[in-house]
Amino acid sequence: MPVRVQSADFDVSAELAALRAGRPDVGALACFVGTVRDVNDGAEVSTMTLEHYPGMTEKALEAIVERARGRWALEDVLVVHRVGALRPLDQIVLVAVASRHRGEAFQACEFVMDWLKTQAPFWKKERTPQGERWVDARESDDAATARWGAGSTPNAGDGPAAGDAARGGPA
Amino acid sequence: MLYFAGLREAVGTARERVELPEGVATAAALRAFLRARGAPWADALAETRTLRVAVDQTMAAADAPLRDGAEVAFFPPVTGG
Repeated sequence: MPVRVQSADFDVSAELAALRAGRPDVGALACFVGTVRDVNDGAEVSTMTLEHYPGMTEKALEAIVERARGRWALEDVLVVHRVGALRPLDQIVLVAVASRHRGEAFQACEFVMDWLKTQAPFWKKERTPQGERWVDARESDDAATARWGAGSTPNAGDGPAAGDAARGGPA
Repeated sequence: MLYFAGLREAVGTARERVELPEGVATAAALRAFLRARGAPWADALAETRTLRVAVDQTMAAADAPLRDGAEVAFFPPVTGG
């Protein structure tokens, strides 16, 4: 159940090969790769810098993977997330899930990605011709997490107080 | 105390140690206490701003209790992935 936060790029083929190496019980491998776009919210993006919360980030990712494993029968899960300065076309994140059958792999991959978007402490800052700006969280990401059921802390939220949504939300 | 991303920039520091006065026992109370110190805290931690809090590296609710020596982090909603 490896979870890695790194500035270096990753090789998807090599990561997938390693994930299922020596595992003949694996019949399905699903993966998602997030990449840097050159346009966001109508502005050209020349660089994107990712900040994170060392220590908590790894814990949060491990907790998300653990939650996925509690929900589906998975053989293995890999999450690699880059931090630091990135440019358009660069890879940002890899989520890969190995399972016996495709259903679990597809679903768990999307689940981990949806939860990562709202629960893992990463923040993006974009450089555009108008200057630098922090990327705003999207409520659509909260909705994507919420459709998997209770247990998440809404992120973008509409309430002002820290953690307010968690207090009022389902346990 | 740790601050991240836009909030870190707004308060001008990434970390600090805070002595909690009597009666400040939750994340929300701590936020109000910090805000009462004036600029830049009053605006950066204003009630109208949506912020998240983590206590000991786990996402927490506003009424989460604080233990002595707790690592408390305030930050904007996350935007990874």
